[in-house]
Amino acid sequence: MSEQNKKKTAVITVVGHDRVGIIAAVSKLLAEQGVNINDISQTILQDVFTMIMLVDLADMRSDIKLLADELEHLGNELEISIRIQHADIFDAMHRI
Amino acid sequence: MFNEFEILETIRMFQEQHLDVRTITMGISLMDCATSDSKQTSQRIYDKICKQAEHLVQTGEDISREYGIPIIHKRISVTPISLVAASGETNDYTCYARALDRAAAEVGVNFIGGFSALVQKGYSNSDRALLASIPEALATTELVCSSVNLATSRTGINMDAVRDMGEIILKTAELTADRDALGCCKLVVFANAPEDNPFMAGAFLGPGEPECVINVGVSGPGVVKHALESARGQNLGVVAETIKKAAFKITRVGQLVAREASRRLDVPFGIIDLSLAPTPVVGDSIARILEEFGLETCGAWGTTAALAMLNDAVKKGGTMASSFVGGLSGAFIPVSEDEGMIAAVNSGALSLEKLEAMTCVCSVGIDMVAIPGDTPAEIISGIIADEMAIGTFNNKTTAVRIIPVPGKNVGDTVSYGGLLGSAPIMSVNQASPAEFIKRGGRIPAPIHSMRN
Repeated sequence: MSEQNKKKTAVITVVGHDRVGIIAAVSKLLAEQGVNINDISQTILQDVFTMIMLVDLADMRSDIKLLADELEHLGNELEISIRIQHADIFDAMHRI
Repeated sequence: MFNEFEILETIRMFQEQHLDVRTITMGISLMDCATSDSKQTSQRIYDKICKQAEHLVQTGEDISREYGIPIIHKRISVTPISLVAASGETNDYTCYARALDRAAAEVGVNFIGGFSALVQKGYSNSDRALLASIPEALATTELVCSSVNLATSRTGINMDAVRDMGEIILKTAELTADRDALGCCKLVVFANAPEDNPFMAGAFLGPGEPECVINVGVSGPGVVKHALESARGQNLGVVAETIKKAAFKITRVGQLVAREASRRLDVPFGIIDLSLAPTPVVGDSIARILEEFGLETCGAWGTTAALAMLNDAVKKGGTMASSFVGGLSGAFIPVSEDEGMIAAVNSGALSLEKLEAMTCVCSVGIDMVAIPGDTPAEIISGIIADEMAIGTFNNKTTAVRIIPVPGKNVGDTVSYGGLLGSAPIMSVNQASPAEFIKRGGRIPAPIHSMRN
C-alpha cells in the first residue's frame, strides 16, 4: 500500500450492546460525509457487539476530526462507543 | 489488513489500560538570546519560545484526535539558563524564570524545563547565580522546572554543589511552605543528566543539541501489567519476553506520534524516551507491575530484582521499535505519582532505603519522596551524595527529587493533585553525615571513567 493511500485509510470501531440499526446509522453518516467503506466485519465477543470498518477518507467532505466528533455524537445517541483512528496506528503497533 | 484481535488489542490499550504518549517536548535552543542586558535577554527568550512553540499544543491535540492516542502533555525544554544568562549584568536570575513562565503560559504548555546548570566539575559565576536564584524562581513561577547536574561518570561528583543543594532544597520548601513545598516538586538534581530528556522536572536542552528538536516520552505501565496478567505462573524468561513485546508496541505508538509531530511542526525528531511513567490513577502503576511478578507488595525482598528485569526488558523491546532512543528510558519509580508505591509506603513495606536500592536498577532515582520538613540540610545532602555515587560509579543516570514538607511529619500525607499525586511523609534515618558533607571538594571520577 502506498504512503499516500495509507494516510487516507482509517479504522472505525463500534463496541456496545447489539441493537437494530447500528450499521445503518453508521453507514448513513459515512455516506453523507463521502466516506467509502472498504471492508466491514462484525462479531459478538464476550456478549459485546463489535464492528470494525476499514474506510477510505480520500473523498471525505470534512476532516477526520469533525468526523470523529460526529461519530462520537452518534455513539452517544445509540449508547455505543464509536471511534475512528488513522490506520497508521494499527500498522505501527502490529507490523514490523 | 489487520485482524480483529489486533484492532481490539490496540483499542483496549488506549481505553482500558491507560496507554498514552506522556509528553511531546519541544527542545528550543536559547543560545542566541544572550545579551549583556537581562531585560533584553528575557524579552528575547520570551519572543523566541512563543514563536517556535506557537503551534506545539494545537499540533499535539490534532494528532491525538486523529490517531485516537491520548497525548497527555505538551512541554518545552530550553538551554540551561546558566549558559544563556552568563553575560548579563545581574546575579538575580529570577527575571529569566519569569520570562520562561510567561512564554510557557502564552503557548499553553504545562511545564517548561531548563532553569538549570551543569556543575559536575565546578561552578562558573553564572552557575552560582542560578543556584542562588532557584528558591525564589520556583516560588514565584508556576510552570518553570529547575534541574542541576551535580555529577557524571567522567568527572566525578561535585560535593560543594551536593552540600549547597541540600540547603537550596530546604529554602525552596520554605518559600513554598503555604503550598506544602510545591517548589521542590519542580526541582531535581542529577548524576549523568541526559541532554535530551523530555520528562519533567529534569528536562533541559543540552549544549550539544540542535536549534530545535522534538523529543517524545511514551508511557504505558497499564499495558505491561495487563500483558503480564496473561503470563501468570510462567517462568521469568516468558515474563521478560512478554514485557519486551508490550514495550515494542508502546514504543511504536510513540515513534508514530514523534514522526508526525516532527513533520507537522517542521522540526527535526530527536529521540523517543522509552520510559514507563506511572500516574496516580489505578491501573497505571509501576509498583503493581512489580507485584504482578509475584511479590506480595512492592518493597518486599525481590523488588530490586524484578525492577531490574522490568527496566531491561522495556529497553530491549523498545529499542527495536524506534530509530532513535534517548532520554532516561527505563521505569520511573516516583512515590507520590504511583498509587501502588503510595500503598507500599503506607503498609510499611517500602522504605527510603529500599527505594535507594531500587534506584540502582531503575531509570532515575529517589523521586517525589516527601520527608519531614525539619530534616537537616546535611541529611538531604547525604541522600543526594548517595544517589550521585550510585549513578556515577555505575554509569547510569540517577536523580533526587525530594520534598521536605514544612510542618509535616511521618504519618502525615501531602496532596498536590493531578499527576503529582499525593505523598505519605517517609521516615528518614537521622544519623548525621554533617562532617562528611562539610568537607566539600570533589569525589574523583571512578577508575572505569578512563576509557580512552
